[in-house]
Amino acid sequence: MDFPDELKYTEEHEWIAIEADIATIGISDFAQSQLGDIVFVELPEVGDELEAGKPCGVVESVKAVSDIYSPLSGEVVEINEELPDAPETLNTSPYEDGWMIKIRLSNPQELDDLLDADSYQELIKED
Amino acid sequence: MIGTDSRGLVLDEPLLFEQSQPGRIGFSLPEADVPHTAPAAELLRDEITGFPELSEVDVIRHYTRLSTWNYGVDSGFYPLGSCTMKYNPKINEVAARLPGFSDIHPQTPEALNQGALELMYRLERALAEVSGFPAICLQPAAGAQGELAGMLMIRAWHEARGNKRTKVIIPDTAHGTNPATAALCGYEVVPVVSDGILSRDAVAAVMSNEVAALMITNPNTLGLFEADIRAICALVHEQGGLVYSDGANLNALMGISRPGDLGIDVMHFNLHKTFSTPHGGGGPGAGPIGVSAELIPYLPLPVIIKENQNYRFDYERPHSIGRVKAFYGHFGILVRAYSYILAMGGPGLKKATELAVLNANYIRARLEGVYALPFTERSLHEVVFSEENLGGGCRTLDVAKRLIDYGFHPPTIYFPLVVAGALMIEPTETESKQTLDDFCDALLAIAAEAEHEPDKLKQAPTRARRRRLDEATAARKPRLRWRPSSN
Amino acid sequence: MRYLPHTAADIKQMLTTIGVDATDALFSGIPADCRLTRPIDLPPGLAETDILKELRLLAAKNTPVSDWTSFLGGGAYNHFIPAVVDHLVSRSEFYTAYTPYQPEISQGTLQGIFEFQTMICQLTGMDMANASMYDGASACAEAVLLAIRAAKKRSRVLISAALPPHYRQTIATYCRYLDIELITIEATNGVTTLEQVEPLLDERVAALVVGYPNYFGCIENISTLASSVHAVDARLITAVAEPLALALFKSPGELGADIVVGDGQSFGLPLAFGGPTIGFFAVRDKDMRLLPGRLVGETVDLDDKRSFVLTLATREQHIRREKATSNICSNQGMCALMVSIYLALHGKQGLRQLAEINYARSNWLREQIADLDGFSLPFSAPVFNEFVVTCQEPVADLKKRLEQQKILAGVALGRDYPGLESGLLICVTEQNSRQQMEQLVAALAGGKR
Repeated sequence: MDFPDELKYTEEHEWIAIEADIATIGISDFAQSQLGDIVFVELPEVGDELEAGKPCGVVESVKAVSDIYSPLSGEVVEINEELPDAPETLNTSPYEDGWMIKIRLSNPQELDDLLDADSYQELIKED
Repeated sequence: MIGTDSRGLVLDEPLLFEQSQPGRIGFSLPEADVPHTAPAAELLRDEITGFPELSEVDVIRHYTRLSTWNYGVDSGFYPLGSCTMKYNPKINEVAARLPGFSDIHPQTPEALNQGALELMYRLERALAEVSGFPAICLQPAAGAQGELAGMLMIRAWHEARGNKRTKVIIPDTAHGTNPATAALCGYEVVPVVSDGILSRDAVAAVMSNEVAALMITNPNTLGLFEADIRAICALVHEQGGLVYSDGANLNALMGISRPGDLGIDVMHFNLHKTFSTPHGGGGPGAGPIGVSAELIPYLPLPVIIKENQNYRFDYERPHSIGRVKAFYGHFGILVRAYSYILAMGGPGLKKATELAVLNANYIRARLEGVYALPFTERSLHEVVFSEENLGGGCRTLDVAKRLIDYGFHPPTIYFPLVVAGALMIEPTETESKQTLDDFCDALLAIAAEAEHEPDKLKQAPTRARRRRLDEATAARKPRLRWRPSSN
Repeated sequence: MRYLPHTAADIKQMLTTIGVDATDALFSGIPADCRLTRPIDLPPGLAETDILKELRLLAAKNTPVSDWTSFLGGGAYNHFIPAVVDHLVSRSEFYTAYTPYQPEISQGTLQGIFEFQTMICQLTGMDMANASMYDGASACAEAVLLAIRAAKKRSRVLISAALPPHYRQTIATYCRYLDIELITIEATNGVTTLEQVEPLLDERVAALVVGYPNYFGCIENISTLASSVHAVDARLITAVAEPLALALFKSPGELGADIVVGDGQSFGLPLAFGGPTIGFFAVRDKDMRLLPGRLVGETVDLDDKRSFVLTLATREQHIRREKATSNICSNQGMCALMVSIYLALHGKQGLRQLAEINYARSNWLREQIADLDGFSLPFSAPVFNEFVVTCQEPVADLKKRLEQQKILAGVALGRDYPGLESGLLICVTEQNSRQQMEQLVAALAGGKR
């Protein structure tokens, strides 16, 4: 399983890439493998204001549902429009083509709460 | 059995719509015998696009062939945990088809259908005796609707007392209908960890004056009796709450223990489980509820009353939660359940429970050690193994699919959620030792195959009409109906 | 006991394998204070012959509509059931199976449901239908819950008074504790009118629910109601208690309904004192993920053969638990099969012709009764196979009087409709010959002498 070092992670198994005040968010390789074949993705809409720790979307496999919790607060500036029509991308390319949303951070201090790749791998070992 | 090179004739059968031939019809209609009239043209529809046109023979062959692709209790052993797939006696089917039962209209004046009301009244009394509840309502259509009615009654009871409670406690072993029902009644779910058997202390830790009720399944979905049940009910009552019991597993208790005697306030029955009515490929079921005296005023509308030697529906019940379906109960199913109770009698019902528990424990004894048993307390009518001991990288799903190749319906799998890769086996009392032995031999052989020839499991089933299905594509690109353009 | 195969020797061997002396030891997990210490107080079991005797005695105290002349409808319809239906549904590979969790050995049930879903779509003019609900009333209540979920912040639902009363009552029960405001729309001349509906339509309204045909047998103006409802982004729910009407009248889908629910009893299910029947539930594509209940979809197996499987299960209680779209975990599988067989037998032409016979007979009888002294027609809207007459003679007396002649004249409306105490709902199906209708007319007229 792959956990790129340049990304940040959360306990809810999301990854975050930061570029200036824009955060790109997706689900980790571990999350996609736990869910199995992903069949449905529901994303927020551009313009929605997200609050850190609150649900902002849904990922479903054939027999499981998982809420996506926004790791950070901010306004949704872009969503991956391709994803709802090709949810399997989350299985095949979780860190590239399977990105989910981009938000403009409203509280950059929240970045301090995120995990680095090593701490995240420790966490999933405990699971 | 596997190993012999048996071959069945497998006939393909296209969809009804694909066999349709313009101009065919499978039924002769009576003469109109009045002058032809028709509604105004702008109200009329065009022909029903795509609707089938078939002869009687076409329809007979279609469904006869489809039936051969199915597996029912009459085909073989069906140890689906939590579903109580016991034999469905044929006399019940005859009884339900007597014209005096099947051909009576629900809007007929009650005085003209006294036999129907009397049958239901007698069934209520019998269920009351088996369960220990003073009152029974036969109206709910299925277990989940019984749950809804029961939880609405609990809420009505609280409202009548001005209680503004918002929460319901549900153990982690519960069936998914429990939380879904609580939500339908406007309650928030408080989960509680049970660790096999729910302890009074675990409930005490989450019980408060915000909790309206505890929902509990007894015996629980691990097949274990909730030994603290009396203390738990007392605790919940002391703090002003009520206790709902999911009666799905009543087949473990008949003649042994009565939920109504233990402090339970309301419980649903599943007549299609405990009382032998057929599961029908998913329904209809019937989900009567039994309630404590306290809850009688809130029963769904109407209630059957016996006055002198007459029976009637009582609608004058100001505290009732109201009607939960159009007409009173799944009467045709109630007739079957009553026929079963007549056949078994009091002693027979107890015997059924004893043998159901004997069968489950026999399977447990034969498989324990080879299959991992996460909860080792004395189990009742069903036993839950985990996938822990499986070799060759095989999972529970693989075992289930391989069982099909051996000619058995698989058990319930991946439930309850508290067991990793659960295999939940409920044999019921109507299976013989010989059948159980064949089944256990198959599971033992499969465990050995997992070790040495895991591919046999992973490729299974190979002897069914279909191999494993692509369920991901079904969910990603749902095709939920036939369309002319698609073929 | 004939359903219990265990011999004494079997039991002994099994106990030995388990390692206990007696079956009672298997119940050691049940504390003494939870045990029943006496036998169940029910008589001993009966032989088959005695069961039938007992049940025949009870059945003899009932009144099968086939022995009398019945004009009862009001949500349950006395249609003829072809012999094929019971013959096929008695195949126990169908009725002794459970929900098709193992698709490889359940293709019969699954293909049957897929065909059922398709035929419900074709009849209702909708995009998709589920595998069925308990009955029309509970399906209607679930439709209201769907509309509320879909509309998010709206909590008001308008309910036509001409919706069957037992449907309205069931909706009220389901919505009891969910902060949903139900507002009844009075009927005018037997139908739901724009004049009554429009003043209430605003952004608080999630849905309007109307019957089609409604409880009075009348055909509502669905398309007009639909456009008004859509103007405020609400949903039109159409409930069909007598679906045979859909073979003759425009489908609700064609007229703009967003959700179509109803009861399939008319299609091959016995009256059986009102149950089991079957609810059907059809929606537009946009509401797919909000549907309650089971759904069967098409896919392929590993060998690429067309197959059917339960799908979109993540909506359901066993996965989504308290966030599920419903708590339902069954469907009326056996009833769905009977409906499908019935529809397949009648087919495109047969169902239409059957609907035409129902229409012609009931409208003929309606005119005959209208011509009688002491009877009038309160409503002028078109009707399918049911209609309301008002009687000068008190309805209860009239019904009793006709019962003496073994005629069930109809359903009295007074209890459910204050103001319609003199109203009688009369239903005519293909089971009512002209001779029966003439008998009714004569009997009704007899009251005046």
